[in-house]
Amino acid sequence: MSNSSATNLRSPLGRARGLGSAKEGLHHWWAQRITAVAMVPLTLWFVYSVASLASGRMDFDLWLLSPINAAALVLFIVVGVHHGVIGLQVVLEDYVPTHLARTVSILLVKLIGYGLATVAVISTLIVTLGG
Amino acid sequence: MVEFALPKNSKVQTGKHFPAPAGAKNTRKFKVYRYDPDTGANPRTDTYDVDMDTCGPMVLDALLKIKDEVDSTLALRRSCREGICGSCAMNIDGGNTLACLKPIEECKGEVKVYPLPHMPVVKDLVPDLTHIYAQLTSIEPWLKTDTPAPASGERLQSPEEREKLDGLWECILCFCCSTSCPSYWWNGDRYLGPAVLLQAARWINDSRDEATGERLDALEDPFKLYRCHTIMNCTNTCPKGLNPAKAIGDIKMKMLERAG
Repeated sequence: MSNSSATNLRSPLGRARGLGSAKEGLHHWWAQRITAVAMVPLTLWFVYSVASLASGRMDFDLWLLSPINAAALVLFIVVGVHHGVIGLQVVLEDYVPTHLARTVSILLVKLIGYGLATVAVISTLIVTLGG
Repeated sequence: MVEFALPKNSKVQTGKHFPAPAGAKNTRKFKVYRYDPDTGANPRTDTYDVDMDTCGPMVLDALLKIKDEVDSTLALRRSCREGICGSCAMNIDGGNTLACLKPIEECKGEVKVYPLPHMPVVKDLVPDLTHIYAQLTSIEPWLKTDTPAPASGERLQSPEEREKLDGLWECILCFCCSTSCPSYWWNGDRYLGPAVLLQAARWINDSRDEATGERLDALEDPFKLYRCHTIMNCTNTCPKGLNPAKAIGDIKMKMLERAG
């Protein structure tokens, strides 16, 4: 525990209450569960599609012309990255002790994750709409 | 809080060895963590050979025998010696449990006895529970009502309503669960931990209590409640066979229920 400093004369109850409740957390916890469940069918679909494409039975450009495939790929990217980012946020909250380092690392993960997701979604749209 | 290097003077060293009295045939080795902050010395593990023919069956029996007959400097908490007071919670043979309920027979090889993990140590097997008791106080573990008590003085509860408290009221606050929880190790300053959250659930599920929403509000926090990742160490280690992980899960489901 980090609050056993001898110079801290705040009462034990004052320390335990700290800054009080942040009045949030449910949405983050629930989003983790929902995205996890959504990733089950999306991943099955993705593995099946990659296997079909790799076997040469389907042409990639033609495959992405199907709005169903394009939509599923966009969902796979968005849901997968969102699940990964909020999952990593929990890991950082668990293990990074100081507020500054925690905030900066979480922001970096979000920037990189959602940045890459945006590039991936736009690339998908370019192939789908431009093809 | 994650620290990769141990603080100065915290490396556990090998201490003294106390052999069994001459003529003892049936002995067991007890390796016991010793630390006295007043001396400034590193913690150490002392080894005591205990004559099992003159010792009771539980680890607490052996520890008290050591304190009475071999080494009176050994400090530990104990009171009821029958698993209802929660005082003798410690880490025995690698798991948190009550020394009075842990048969020596169940331990493999030398019996390793340490204080509850990741708590400040007052001396030897006595952890500092100041913060965790303050956390318990912070969830206000008492009945809160606006309705005045009925003339009979008794607030009624149906058998079905009373049943919802089973598995919660039995907790003796030994803190074996909270001190076995990695989330509590890393973020115990803010995370309330399984023992305190089980107590919160005990009042959230009480049909007589009128502050349920207020109680949920106080827990709705990424650190106070949602550091629980269902690791299940709490449930595995509980010497009373309770399920704090389920109690925490129930609190989260209540949060969801009231959100929509």
